[in-house]
Amino acid sequence: MDKTLRRWAPLFVLPALICFFIAFLVPMIMGLVLSFFKFSTVTDGVFVGWSNYKRIFTDMDFIRSLWMNVRFTIVTVIMINVLAFFLALLLTQGVKGTNIYRTIFFMPNLIGGIVLGWIWLLIINGILLPKNATIITDPKYGFWGLVALANWQNIGYMMVIYIAGIQTINKDLIEAAQIDGANAWIRLKSVILPSVMPAITICSFLTLTSGFKLFDQNLALTAGNPARKTEMLALNIYNTFYTRTNFEGVGQAKAVLFTILVAIIALTQLALTRQKEVEV
Amino acid sequence: MKRKSIVLTLLLALLVASFAFGAGTKEDAAKEVYFLNFKPEIASVYEDKVAPAFEAETGIKLKVVTAASGTYAATLKSELAKSNPPTIFQTNGPVGLAGSLNYVSDLKNTQFYKILSDKSMALTKDGQVLSIPYAVEGYGLIYNDAIMRAYFALPNKAVSIKSAEEITSFALLKAVVEDMTRNKTRLGINGVFASTSMAPGNDWRWQTHLVNVPIAYEFRDKGIETGIETDDFAFTYANEMKQLWDLYLDNSTTARGLLGSKSVDDAMAEFALGQAAIVQNGNWGAAQILGVQGNKVAENDIKFMPIYIGVKGEEHDGLNVGTENYLCINSQVSAEKRDLADQFLTWLFSSDTGKAIVKNDLMFITPFNTFKDHELPSDPLAKEVIRWMNKDGVTSMPWAFSVIPSGQWKTDFGADLGEYINGKMSWNDVAKRAVASWKVEYDLAH
Repeated sequence: MDKTLRRWAPLFVLPALICFFIAFLVPMIMGLVLSFFKFSTVTDGVFVGWSNYKRIFTDMDFIRSLWMNVRFTIVTVIMINVLAFFLALLLTQGVKGTNIYRTIFFMPNLIGGIVLGWIWLLIINGILLPKNATIITDPKYGFWGLVALANWQNIGYMMVIYIAGIQTINKDLIEAAQIDGANAWIRLKSVILPSVMPAITICSFLTLTSGFKLFDQNLALTAGNPARKTEMLALNIYNTFYTRTNFEGVGQAKAVLFTILVAIIALTQLALTRQKEVEV
Repeated sequence: MKRKSIVLTLLLALLVASFAFGAGTKEDAAKEVYFLNFKPEIASVYEDKVAPAFEAETGIKLKVVTAASGTYAATLKSELAKSNPPTIFQTNGPVGLAGSLNYVSDLKNTQFYKILSDKSMALTKDGQVLSIPYAVEGYGLIYNDAIMRAYFALPNKAVSIKSAEEITSFALLKAVVEDMTRNKTRLGINGVFASTSMAPGNDWRWQTHLVNVPIAYEFRDKGIETGIETDDFAFTYANEMKQLWDLYLDNSTTARGLLGSKSVDDAMAEFALGQAAIVQNGNWGAAQILGVQGNKVAENDIKFMPIYIGVKGEEHDGLNVGTENYLCINSQVSAEKRDLADQFLTWLFSSDTGKAIVKNDLMFITPFNTFKDHELPSDPLAKEVIRWMNKDGVTSMPWAFSVIPSGQWKTDFGADLGEYINGKMSWNDVAKRAVASWKVEYDLAH
């Protein structure tokens, strides 16, 4: 049995491998190579060395988007995780209708980013109507609009992961703590939190990377307006690629830089939170 | 045993691969022209009328692919990289052309170039004809003459002129518009001008079309010909543009703060429903106005007047007439395919069948010598454009915006106009930044 499985394994891996190759590996390598080329279509370019990377800094847009993106990510990572965790705590207490609430909180995650963007655009413009303003009147409206949207979309998903984490905690452990005189706060701090550390690792990784990769929501909600002050990295790269003649390579170079940056941040975060995980 | 299974796997992989790649090579057998269409609003005409008629008359297939609104550049880039790339594609002028120089062929010896009336309209580089315009368009202030007549019939009107026809300068326009605002309840309108749409992606009427007027005046003063790229832009008529911009904003259907949520469609609908008397747009908007449900504007009340900003002698200037619709033939396809493309374009703009479709369905005002007067389109705005083009003592304003150095310039300028509306930027800064950004973008592109 085992032998047959091993013999045929390559065949079954093949389709996935081909897909991975065509849809991920080849574009990634092409993208890396193209960042050193001046091109207008991806099959036809001239080698220009590092010039695309130098041209990234012809204006301060990239830095501004990066700063906007960093602020957004910090705020959303904290808000989403804290809120999702407390929802998870609440919905593991055996409250009546728990399953209905779980489903409802999870549902926003099933809607695509562009649609979400449009929905929130209507809501936020409606709220701002009495102030005679719209979401693009002031960048802070756009910023908090994006934060609200990201929260609404992601809290349910992270909540599910936290629920799974909380449910794996051994009941005896909590009971023992209770008998030893630990109040609710100490139980949370010293028993529950260390036990769900793996979930925290995953959730902070997911929210961190999705904060940096946010694109469709940004495009649909503000499109970077006003004056590109709510434009985040992914949208900035897209705009670089398409709004200036001969800037395709620069957009590509930005994308490479972006990948490296996100990888560094995410790996650091993984290493940091992993340290805190405990073996039970 | 193990080796055998690996061999088998590789064989299978090869089989799958050969299937996947083999499928693409058989298509070329039939004669086919691949046209990448720019205008989504008339995509169905190409598919349902042009393609069948062309195939019936010549036996050549026409494959039409249309890019979704606002994604032409992106679609073109990816289509050109494919193994079966488009033969005919569109470019928006010298700046767009610069981005596809590796893909344009010399059209000097084509039939299609021979039927172009004014050869200077084609885009050329180093003696090669690279791109040929196929539709001329005009824009200005579209007004609802019924509302105008109602205003001029008011007993208490504050101006001495008697019809919208007599408005020939900014001063007159301002007097009429401001008096109309005072009487807006009696006229049954929410505002004189339809919303100054500033929603993301909806500011092109200002950052491209409106700014064209001061740019065109400045280039005319400096003797810079239309279509010649330059870094010599000082925005000398910035204050004139501000006058009209303020007039738009102060006499609008929508309060300043809410303009960020308004789209071009909203503005056109307001006009069609009779809530606004004037909207700045082009002849392509005719179908849109007439197509709005509950439309209250009669076809013969839809009229054009030029955009007046208060420049001396502007009574002699007409609508902004020009084109952003140029066709190129791909240089990287076979000569045979290029010939078929030429055959198709010549057929569309010179055969009786083709011309009938162009007139009735595509509604282009074409720059070709094959069209006679009665073969020009008959929608109200196209007729107005033709009337203004032929009006005595009036010259059309050219589309100077075709040399705006990059899309980025437009985006930034549009954003600054938005900041001005929200009171976050002074007009002086808007103008200064526009000049600085022009220089930067020009240098980046050259």
